[in-house]
Amino acid sequence: MDPGSSSFPPPSQPHARGPGSGPGDSPEGPEAEAPERRRKAHGMLKLYYGLSEGEGAGRPSGPDPLDPTDLNGAHFDPEVYLDKLRRECPLAQLMDSETDMVRQIRALDSDMQTLVYENYNKFISATDTIRKMKNDFRKMEDEMDRLATNMAVITDFSARISATLQDRHERITKLAGVHALLRKLQFLFELPSRLTKCVELGAYGQAVRYQGRAQAVLQQYQHLPSFRAIQDDCQVITARLAQQLRQRFREGGSGAPEQAECVELLLALGEPAEELCEEFLVHARGRLEEELRSLEAELGPSPPAPDVLEFTDHGGSGFVGGLCHVAAAYQELFAAQGPAGAEKLAAFAQELGSRYFALVERRLAQEQGGGDNSLLVRALDRFHRRLRAPGALLAAAGLADAATEIVERVARERLGHHLQGLQAAFLGCLTDVRQALAAPRVAGKEGPGLAELLANVASSILSHIKASLAAVHLFTAKEVSFSNKPYFRGEFCSQGVREGLIVGFVRSMCQTAQSFCDSPGEKGGATPPALLLLLSRLCLDYETATISYILTLTDEQFLVQDQSPVTPVSTLCAEARETARRLLTHYVKVQGLVISQMLRKSVETRDWLSTLEPRNVRAVMKRVVEDTTAIDVQVGLLYEEGVRKAQSSDSSKRTFSVYSSSRQQGRYAPSYTPSAPMDTNLLSNIQKLFSERIDVFSPVEFNKVSVLTGIIKISLKTLLECVRLRTFGRFGLQQVQVDCHFLQLYLWRFVADEELVHLLLDEVVASAALRCPDPVPMEPSVVEVICERG
Amino acid sequence: MEDDAPVIYGLEFQARALTPQTAETDAIRFLVGTQSLKYDNQIHIIDFDDENNIINKNVLLHQAGEIWHISASPADKGVLATCYNRSKCSFSKSAAQLFIALATLKFLKVLTCAAVWRMPKELESGSHESPDDSSSTAQTLELLCHLDNTAHGNMACVVWEPMGDGKKIISLADNHILLWDLQESSSQAVLASSASLEGKGQLRFTSGRWSPHHNCTQVATASDTTLRGWDTRNMSKPNLSGKLPYVRPCDWGPIAWQAGAARCWCCLRVTGPLSRCLALCRVWNVRYNHSHDQLVLTGSSDSRVILSNMVSISSEPFGHLVDDDDISDQEDHRSEEKSKEPLQDNVIATYEEHEDSVYAVDWSSADPWLFASLSYDGRLVINRVPRALKYHILL
Repeated sequence: MDPGSSSFPPPSQPHARGPGSGPGDSPEGPEAEAPERRRKAHGMLKLYYGLSEGEGAGRPSGPDPLDPTDLNGAHFDPEVYLDKLRRECPLAQLMDSETDMVRQIRALDSDMQTLVYENYNKFISATDTIRKMKNDFRKMEDEMDRLATNMAVITDFSARISATLQDRHERITKLAGVHALLRKLQFLFELPSRLTKCVELGAYGQAVRYQGRAQAVLQQYQHLPSFRAIQDDCQVITARLAQQLRQRFREGGSGAPEQAECVELLLALGEPAEELCEEFLVHARGRLEEELRSLEAELGPSPPAPDVLEFTDHGGSGFVGGLCHVAAAYQELFAAQGPAGAEKLAAFAQELGSRYFALVERRLAQEQGGGDNSLLVRALDRFHRRLRAPGALLAAAGLADAATEIVERVARERLGHHLQGLQAAFLGCLTDVRQALAAPRVAGKEGPGLAELLANVASSILSHIKASLAAVHLFTAKEVSFSNKPYFRGEFCSQGVREGLIVGFVRSMCQTAQSFCDSPGEKGGATPPALLLLLSRLCLDYETATISYILTLTDEQFLVQDQSPVTPVSTLCAEARETARRLLTHYVKVQGLVISQMLRKSVETRDWLSTLEPRNVRAVMKRVVEDTTAIDVQVGLLYEEGVRKAQSSDSSKRTFSVYSSSRQQGRYAPSYTPSAPMDTNLLSNIQKLFSERIDVFSPVEFNKVSVLTGIIKISLKTLLECVRLRTFGRFGLQQVQVDCHFLQLYLWRFVADEELVHLLLDEVVASAALRCPDPVPMEPSVVEVICERG
Repeated sequence: MEDDAPVIYGLEFQARALTPQTAETDAIRFLVGTQSLKYDNQIHIIDFDDENNIINKNVLLHQAGEIWHISASPADKGVLATCYNRSKCSFSKSAAQLFIALATLKFLKVLTCAAVWRMPKELESGSHESPDDSSSTAQTLELLCHLDNTAHGNMACVVWEPMGDGKKIISLADNHILLWDLQESSSQAVLASSASLEGKGQLRFTSGRWSPHHNCTQVATASDTTLRGWDTRNMSKPNLSGKLPYVRPCDWGPIAWQAGAARCWCCLRVTGPLSRCLALCRVWNVRYNHSHDQLVLTGSSDSRVILSNMVSISSEPFGHLVDDDDISDQEDHRSEEKSKEPLQDNVIATYEEHEDSVYAVDWSSADPWLFASLSYDGRLVINRVPRALKYHILL
């Protein structure tokens, strides 16, 4: 017995299990029907789960229903069972099972008795009930018979009444029809008066409806004279009505909705749509022109015009709203007109729209100079947003496109304006720097000034750029209605902002800076050298950091999606570097010229033949050293030290061995001086051969030493050239010697390669010696003494 | 044949003065004047044999003093003018005589004079002596006349009227410009007219140049910061005066004008691009090519010679020569012309053979594609215009 059966015992099944009885040892029941039903349920379940009977039989678990030894099985065979017991079990177990079985049989017997008793009682009560029912049915049968006779009588009566009423019914139907007709006729006869009344009361809508209802009937029966009269009356009244409507329409004061109603009524009256739509447009034009005029008045010459936001608001609500209404009404009313009507409307909208745009543009042009970008953007946003509705209504008029175009134009102009602003700011910075440089300064104050000025300029330009970017960024803000237009997503960001504004500005900055070294005119001459230096440093800073920073900032803020080529950072950096280099070169040139000029004058204006024995270093040389030191300080403020060639630290003590007494014979005339001096000459010549040629005007690098080297090279070269143009007396030569030694003492520390100063100064003294008919050099020790004293 | 290689010639002395022998139009011949305070100065006549690339020299002694400027007569091959220092003075070497020397210092003051000379007949047309002999047999110049400048100060330069008969000569002395008439076969110089610069400071002419245009009536001069144009018919005042924007070395150095007065201003403008080409260097001498004035030669103190092509100021319209060339071939040339792109102003070549400042450059009067440059250490270098460019200009 599987456990499922104990859960759902059929109510009629006797309780076949004793307490503690296991499967297999329950007594065989005569009731084979229980397993039968279970099997049936099983079969259905198996069927449900798609298992065949055979498969179920093959299951390893569960009792085999065909097992003849199964007490509860359908094929239970007592003989086989007993045989099996006897054969398999020992005596004790047999005894046990015998007692067990007896006990179970007894229990089953008692159970059966109880069940029989219970069922018996139920049976008796059922018998009673059946008897009672039998009596009741007999009574009911009688009453049903009576009902049947009564119904027959009723049917009979009903048939007779129907026959009687048949005649009347037809007459009533006819009468009802006549009544309806009469009411219609009455309406027709009353129509003229009703219409008059309606017209008097101004209920035009009602009148038109009446007219519409009667029209067809009157048309149909117009051959009857009475109807004819009515129709004539109606036509007169309708004409009057139409006239009144037209008049009301023409007066036009009642605003667009009323007008639209008028037109609708007139249309219903069958007025010609063509003419009406013309007239409708004329009226609409009048109203919209009114709006435009009021806008123009706001624009007017009086300066305190309302701000641009208010202006576009007025325009939006007044003109654009009106246009919307007109367009909507028109399309509703004259939909039947087809494409021709739509075209007319489009032309109308286009014309008025262009006038509106002209006004808006004039207003926006006034705004161009102003600084408040957010207001402008908001105004443009309103303007653009407002125009979307008519744009959708009137795609053919191209209003939305035109509006977008205006916005784009304004954005472009705005970019240009910002670029100009940036340039002006840059120039302003330069002017400030010039003033700061020109201002009389306290001694020692100059130092920090230059670096500070540079920082000021850089930060102020950067802040201007950022401000401009922020201002321009408003154009692409998400909430702005036009920001998702392709122009603002692509070209505006890449070409406009990145290229036009930022790259343009950096370029113009470089150009402005370069113009300082290009123009040799008054402007170039007046440029303070410090400004050149500062600009050069600024450009260099731009090259190293600022440009990439700004461009990254721009790219981040304006997610440039445009594919159009943009200037790469490297190009811009190269330009900035080139500018920095040129500025620095120019600085070197200018400063070199200043010192050169000093040296040149000092050599040219002196009578070297009749000069006295040198006692001092000439003042101009001290001046040169002072100026060089000043330049050194100035450059040191902005540029790094740079590398210098490692040399012996003791070079200031260097004696003038090279141009000592034996040298003046001149290395240029070897054939005439073949004797002793040759040795040193040869040495110096060989030295000159192997030392690299001094490139006096070599390119300047971005460091202090290089700059100073350049300046000193130019100065000394000038000195050399000047000396060669003069003729010296003995003391003149000695003076040159002293001066050169003095320069030697002080200039070596500024240059990258002190050997260079030596070489140039040597050459100066050598040239002076050549230009001296009586070359008697001073004793080096004396020279040193004089220099140290000076 | 590597005929584009420069030819180098060395002098024993320093030298600043270089001129082509203007009257000679067949042989390539340059005159170089040396500058030495202590030894006898020389004038080297350098003959360049174009075909064999050989230099022949003849040396003339110029005992008057060191030569600052030299120019050759356009009419007579044998006549030349020099500016020289008459300063072969004898300073006493003993200290005892120093006081005397000091006392007479005023008289010993160096004064630059000018004179016109004639060279020995046999050298006029360049005899081909072997270089070895010539140094030993140095000959002297024959003095024709002095340009008396005692009243005017140091002579800076002497220039002949370029196209004339060699009778007119301009000399610049301190702040005076003097026009001389040479008479009696150059043996007498008469001061025809003169003018002087007035102004504050020490105004001095540094160089001058006679315009070959306008019938040779224009002379341009350079002083410190100013270029001036003078009309030789009326020397009272400069008819053209331009203040250079600011003092640049190259303005201070001589500037030569080959173009006429009308193009002086172009010339002024040229200094801009030119100096930019040359970067920071100081230009000492500028020469336009006589026949193709877009070729500009500059020598500067960074010991470089630079040949530039200044198409923008050329008087030759691009392709102009082609049209005159051959009418039958015009169609072909036209198409060629179009295919050629106009040249930009540019530096054609930089010559770095010198090792000292280059003070003089000049074109040969015989071969317009050949030029010489002279550096202070006495090195003379003869170069040619690169062939590619030459053909480009010619064709």
